[in-house]
Amino acid sequence: MSASSISRACEAFASAGETLDVAADTSVGALLDRLRGRGGAFAVELAPGRAYRVAVNHVLSGPETIVRAGDEVAVFPPVTGG
Amino acid sequence: MPVRIQTADFDIASEVAALRAADARVGAVASFIGTVRDVNDDAAIRKLTLEHYPGMTEKALEAIVAEAKARFPIYDALVVHRVGELKPQDQIVLVVVTSAHRADAFDACRFLMDYLKTRAPFWKKEATPQGERWVEARASDDEAAARW
Repeated sequence: MSASSISRACEAFASAGETLDVAADTSVGALLDRLRGRGGAFAVELAPGRAYRVAVNHVLSGPETIVRAGDEVAVFPPVTGG
Repeated sequence: MPVRIQTADFDIASEVAALRAADARVGAVASFIGTVRDVNDDAAIRKLTLEHYPGMTEKALEAIVAEAKARFPIYDALVVHRVGELKPQDQIVLVVVTSAHRADAFDACRFLMDYLKTRAPFWKKEATPQGERWVEARASDDEAAARW
């Protein structure tokens, strides 16, 4: 999976996006657990009670969504358009 | 195209004219324009920069328009959203809905904006005298979307 560069998200997570290897049948929830385990901004921004959104292949997705090879996963703060 | 993302400004008169031009069934047109305020959370706003998530934004807006068409008996809908650097009083977003009767046009227009505010991947960064800051999401926006 890979993530694209949204500067709002990059600044929040202090990350420019990256490519990760994931095991088969990895869920979004499991992926978030893995990211939290890194500590730092990921642990802070993805802590329980924090507001964030996840999109898999450009569609808003919940923790049960399965991530597959080649998918684009984006994690970002709540949107503020309009 | 029912949705457009652009840096350029838009003209509501020509957008409304184009949307209803070929449809004599239309008896109601509702529209909404969001504009840049010169103050937010007690800070003067000099500039507003709108970022989006290319690839997802169009898809998200098209899904919101499709949802509106499924929920309300409307004929057509248009969403135009600007990105890039904007100044106070600039136009940010336009929603136009056509239907036979006013209630459906009003309802669908409000629904489109309420869903856009919580589901379309745009982010605002404000330039204030104290520096730049990302705009934080408001709980009231989630509550507005949840009403539907």
